Amino acid sequence: MIRCEHIYKSFDGKTVLEDISAEFMPGEINMIIGRSGSGKTVLLKSIAGLYPVDSGDIFYGDVSFTSLSFAERKNIRRDVGMIFQGGALLDSSTVEENVRFPLDMFTSESAAAKKERVEFCLRRVNLTGAEHLYPAELSGGMIKRVAIARAIVMNPKYLFCDEPNSGLDPVTSNVIDRLIYDITKEYKITTIVNTHDMNSVMEIGEKIVFINGGRKEWEGSSKDILFTDNEALNSFVFASNMAKKVRDAAGGAGM
Amino acid sequence: MNIFGLIGRYVVLMGKVFSKPEKWRVYRRRIVAEMESLGFNSIGIVALVSVFMGAVLMLQMCINFESPFIPRELMGYATRETMILEFSSTVVALILAGRVGSSIASEIGTMRITEQIDALEIMGVNSASYLILPKVIATVVFFPLLAILSIIVGLVGGYAVTVITGIVIPDVYLTGLKMYFKLFSIVYALIKMVVYAFIITSVSGFYGYYAKGNSLEVGRASTKAVVVSSVLILMFDLIITQISYL
Ligand SMILES: Nc1ncnc2c1ncn2[C@@H]1O[C@H](COP(=O)(O)OP(=O)(O)OP(=O)(O)O)[C@@H](O)[C@H]1O
Ligand SMILES: [Mg+2]
Repeated sequence: MIRCEHIYKSFDGKTVLEDISAEFMPGEINMIIGRSGSGKTVLLKSIAGLYPVDSGDIFYGDVSFTSLSFAERKNIRRDVGMIFQGGALLDSSTVEENVRFPLDMFTSESAAAKKERVEFCLRRVNLTGAEHLYPAELSGGMIKRVAIARAIVMNPKYLFCDEPNSGLDPVTSNVIDRLIYDITKEYKITTIVNTHDMNSVMEIGEKIVFINGGRKEWEGSSKDILFTDNEALNSFVFASNMAKKVRDAAGGAGM
Repeated sequence: MNIFGLIGRYVVLMGKVFSKPEKWRVYRRRIVAEMESLGFNSIGIVALVSVFMGAVLMLQMCINFESPFIPRELMGYATRETMILEFSSTVVALILAGRVGSSIASEIGTMRITEQIDALEIMGVNSASYLILPKVIATVVFFPLLAILSIIVGLVGGYAVTVITGIVIPDVYLTGLKMYFKLFSIVYALIKMVVYAFIITSVSGFYGYYAKGNSLEVGRASTKAVVVSSVLILMFDLIITQISYL
């Protein structure tokens, strides 16, 4: 479980996050949604410890992450996998080397054991055969899948995904969403996904946190989201006509 | 940011760079790879520049010291000393700052803006050390070898001039090369090169590591890296020379 308590974060005097509190449960797809520039990436990176917060606290289980030293944080980092908005694969390494990297860095397993683990993870994301390609030779969807393989290679307890399907076609987006969902359930991972894609929200979202202008505006389940009276959330959700139709269909059937 | 803020940030980064590496085996592999890309792959340009510098130096010496009172052997001697003391260390370092500095700053800067550095940090890797330390070690070891190469190739360039133009008899030039030889000159050149290697790599790494924004900013960071390391090279040339000949 991850818990944020009253997080504030600003850059050069400009407030980006204001008093954000939320709880994220294991084995669930937790989603942070909001418009471009609302502060999703900053929030996720603050939770991950990449940005120091100005005030507030972040708990991993019972451990207060914010009060740990750099060395102590390392132990928690071993349990964290993250998928970045652009993939963030190491450009100078092949697919296989990218996925193997955390193993090389932090384990003393034999070469054979590492190879087996890498193969397993690549199979898990349906990417066998791409081992020797470089990131520049991959499509956007493949990059995301390698990033997922790298994120799960150390068996993380926490998985952070920053817009995992931005820039992908709808079919590939679904594949990636499914993958994140299945892995979360399979290993009881505490997963947090940033997105502004309502399709993902409806497909795999369980707990939803809506951020607007750096503040938490709303929190609830993906079922409730179509029927809220929060104005900002409504205008976000129903920017897509699809969502309107889904609501009308669901509302019509229910009432 | 003012100059003191910048220096403070640089010192903090160097503290991170020189903290204990996670895994020596991974670092060793990286050092070898960096020696190839930053050192070995610079041999061509260093040799090319040096052969011309040696040739031009020799010509200039001969043309400008045309006098019956100056023995012609001294042309070889002066060419050798100038190559060793300034050209093969300082001028070569300025050229390396252009080639190696800009590539380091843009490589690390690109990794910063594409979140590759964040990805390393998330895994628990000390990204500053992982990215910069192998480059520092590789260049500090390899650049002095480039200086020695430059001296040799430069003097061969000078010899070529004597053979082609006949401005000095080649044997006289060779005699000049052996005159008043002081080992200290070589040591002094190598010490300078070690300092320059550290300046180029750490300063370029610094500007790359703190790049932000987009590709434009990475370009700017790489220009800054080259300008600042070049100025620092010249400043330290003065400082080291002062100290060495006190
Ligand atoms: N490193 C930084 N320095 C200064 N300001 C920043 C930094 N990172 C983000 N910001 C600012 O914080 C705000 C929120 O940015 P953030 O990247 O979190 O948005 P986002 O919700 O992830 O948007 P998108 O959906 O486009 O990715 C923006 O106004 C941005 O300018
Ligand atoms: Mg974002």
